[in-house]
Amino acid sequence: MNHKELELKSIEYRKTILDIIYKGGAGHTAGSLSCIDILNVLYNNVLNINPNNFKSNDRNRYVQSKGHTVEALYTVLCDNNFFTREELNTLNQFNSHFIGHPTRKVPGVEHNTGALGHGLSVAVGMAIGFKLDNKPYKVYTLLGDGELSEGSIWESLLSASKYKLDNLVIIIDRNGLQITGKTEEVNPIEPLLDKFISFGLCVNQVNGNSVSELDEIFKKIPFENNQPNLIIANTIKGKGISFIENQVVWHHKLPSEEEYNRAIQELNKQLENFK
Amino acid sequence: MTRMAATRDGYGQALLDLASNEKVVVLEADLGKSTKSLHFRKAYPERTFSFGIGEQNMMLGAAGLASSGYIPFASTFAIFTERGFEQVRNGIARPNLSVHLCGSHGGVHTGTDGSSAQSIEDLAIYRTLPNMTILHPCDDVSTRLLTIQLADHDGPSYTRTARNSTPVIYDGREDEIVIGKGIVVNDGNDVAIFACGVALHEAVKACHQLEQEGISVAVIDMHTIKPLDIDMVNKYAEKCGAIVTAEDHSVIGGLGSAIAEHLVKENPTPMEMIGVQDRFGESAQAHEMLELMGITHKDIANACQKVMTRKN
Repeated sequence: MNHKELELKSIEYRKTILDIIYKGGAGHTAGSLSCIDILNVLYNNVLNINPNNFKSNDRNRYVQSKGHTVEALYTVLCDNNFFTREELNTLNQFNSHFIGHPTRKVPGVEHNTGALGHGLSVAVGMAIGFKLDNKPYKVYTLLGDGELSEGSIWESLLSASKYKLDNLVIIIDRNGLQITGKTEEVNPIEPLLDKFISFGLCVNQVNGNSVSELDEIFKKIPFENNQPNLIIANTIKGKGISFIENQVVWHHKLPSEEEYNRAIQELNKQLENFK
Repeated sequence: MTRMAATRDGYGQALLDLASNEKVVVLEADLGKSTKSLHFRKAYPERTFSFGIGEQNMMLGAAGLASSGYIPFASTFAIFTERGFEQVRNGIARPNLSVHLCGSHGGVHTGTDGSSAQSIEDLAIYRTLPNMTILHPCDDVSTRLLTIQLADHDGPSYTRTARNSTPVIYDGREDEIVIGKGIVVNDGNDVAIFACGVALHEAVKACHQLEQEGISVAVIDMHTIKPLDIDMVNKYAEKCGAIVTAEDHSVIGGLGSAIAEHLVKENPTPMEMIGVQDRFGESAQAHEMLELMGITHKDIANACQKVMTRKN
C-alpha cells in the first residue's frame, strides 16, 4: 500500500478499535490507538502474513508482547481476512474466542501473550529457529514501554545479542504512559537508547504514529548484519482522538455512549478531511 | 551387586539417544553440567542453546522454538524452573506447546546445598497446570525411556530428576516403561505402597522388611504423576484396601494428594502419606535428609502397619 492508503487504513482501524471496545464492554483503548499505525504498516506492507500462508512455517512471524492492546491486533487481522467482522463483534462475550488478550484460538494470532515480558523471549526462540533452519524469515515483536520494567526483557536482549539475531525486529511502543502514570515516574527506563545500544542492539527511532516513517524504517532491516534490530517508535497514547490522547485514565477505560459518539465523530471528520 | 545411578544421568543419555531426530534441541540455564545436558552440548553444540542464568527467558525461548517446529528439552534445577513458573503457565501450558522441562536436583535428597536448592513443591505446582504431563522416575533406565518417549509426546511436560545415585531396577525391563502407566515392582495383597523417585527405593526396602513379618505388600512405581494411572490406583485400592504413598516432596499437592483426590471420589480407602510434612529442608547428606523428613523405609513400614489397622 502507498502511504495515503495506509493513512486511510489507520483512521478506519481507529474506528474499529473504538467500536469493538465500546460494544464489547472492555478493552485497552489508548494503548491500541498508540500502536495501531505500527500494526497497520506491518500487516499491510511488511509481514506478508495472510490466512493462506499462516499454517506454513515458511513465513515471517509477529508476536505481540504487549498483549493487552489486543484490539489493535484483532482489528488488523480482521481487515486481513483472518476472520469476519461479525466474529470480531463477539469480543469479550461469553463463549467467544476473542478474549481480552491474544490467544492462538483466534486465527492469525501467533502466540498467547498478555502477561508482560513474555513475547520477546518467544520471538528470540523463533528467530533462533529460523537461523537453525537457514531460512530468511524475520520475527517482529511489539513491546510496550511500561513492559520494559520486566526483568525477562533484559534476559531476552542478552540472548538476542549473543545469537546475533539480525532476523529479530523489536519495536517499542514508546507512548510514555502505563496503567498508573508516566513511565518515567512509575519506574524510569531512560536513557533507553543508551541501554539498548549497550546491550548490543542496532537502534533506530521513528515517529511511531507516522505510517510513512514506519514504512521506510522497516525497509532498512537488517540495520546491520549480526545485530538484532530495535525500533523505538515514539507514539502518543490514545493517538487520533483528542480527549483520549495522553490521558492516563484511558489505559483501560471504557468509553461512555457520549464519549464513543464524540470519538467516532472526530474520526469521521478525519475521514472527510482526508478525502 | 545392584547397579547404582542417578536419574539425571538417564536424562543426559536420553538426549544423546534423541539426537538423530534433527528437530530435538537442548536448552540450558548454566546448569547443563548438573542436569546432564552437557553430553548433548558437547556432541551437538549447534543445537544446544545456553540462556545463562535466565530461566524465564529459557522457558519462552523454548516456547518459540516449539512453535517453529522444534522439540525443545530445557533443563535446570527443579527449584529454578519455578523462577519461570508464570512463563510455563501462560506461555507453554496455555498454548499447549510441546516443551519438555526437566528439573534436576528435586527433593530433599539433593542434600548438602540446603533448603534453597531443594524443591519440595515442583510436582505440586506443575500438576495444577492444564495440559502438563508430570514425570518423576526412580532410576536412570526409566528416566531415559520416558524422556525418549517425550519426543513423540503431544503437549508440555515436566520431568523431575534427582542428583544422587540410587539403585537401578529396570535394567532389562525397558518394555514396561510407558508414560502414564504405573509399574508393579512387587505384588501383594495386604497393603499397597505407591511411590515415585528416590522414595520408591525406600518403599522396596520397607516391603522386604514387612514381608519378613508376614505382610504381603504391593509396591507400585508411579513415575507418571499426571496423568495419574487411575486404573492402577483403583485396582490396588480394591485389592489391598489400604494405601501408603511415598515421595520426596511435600505431602501437599504431590503423588499422595493426586491419589487421595482420586480415591475420595470413587473408592475412599484408608491412606497414609509419607513425604515432607509442610516444612523446609536442611543441609545434610541425602540419607540424613530422608531420616529427618521421615521418608525412610522405616517410616514407610510404620505407615503400612498403621494404615492396615484402619482397614474396613
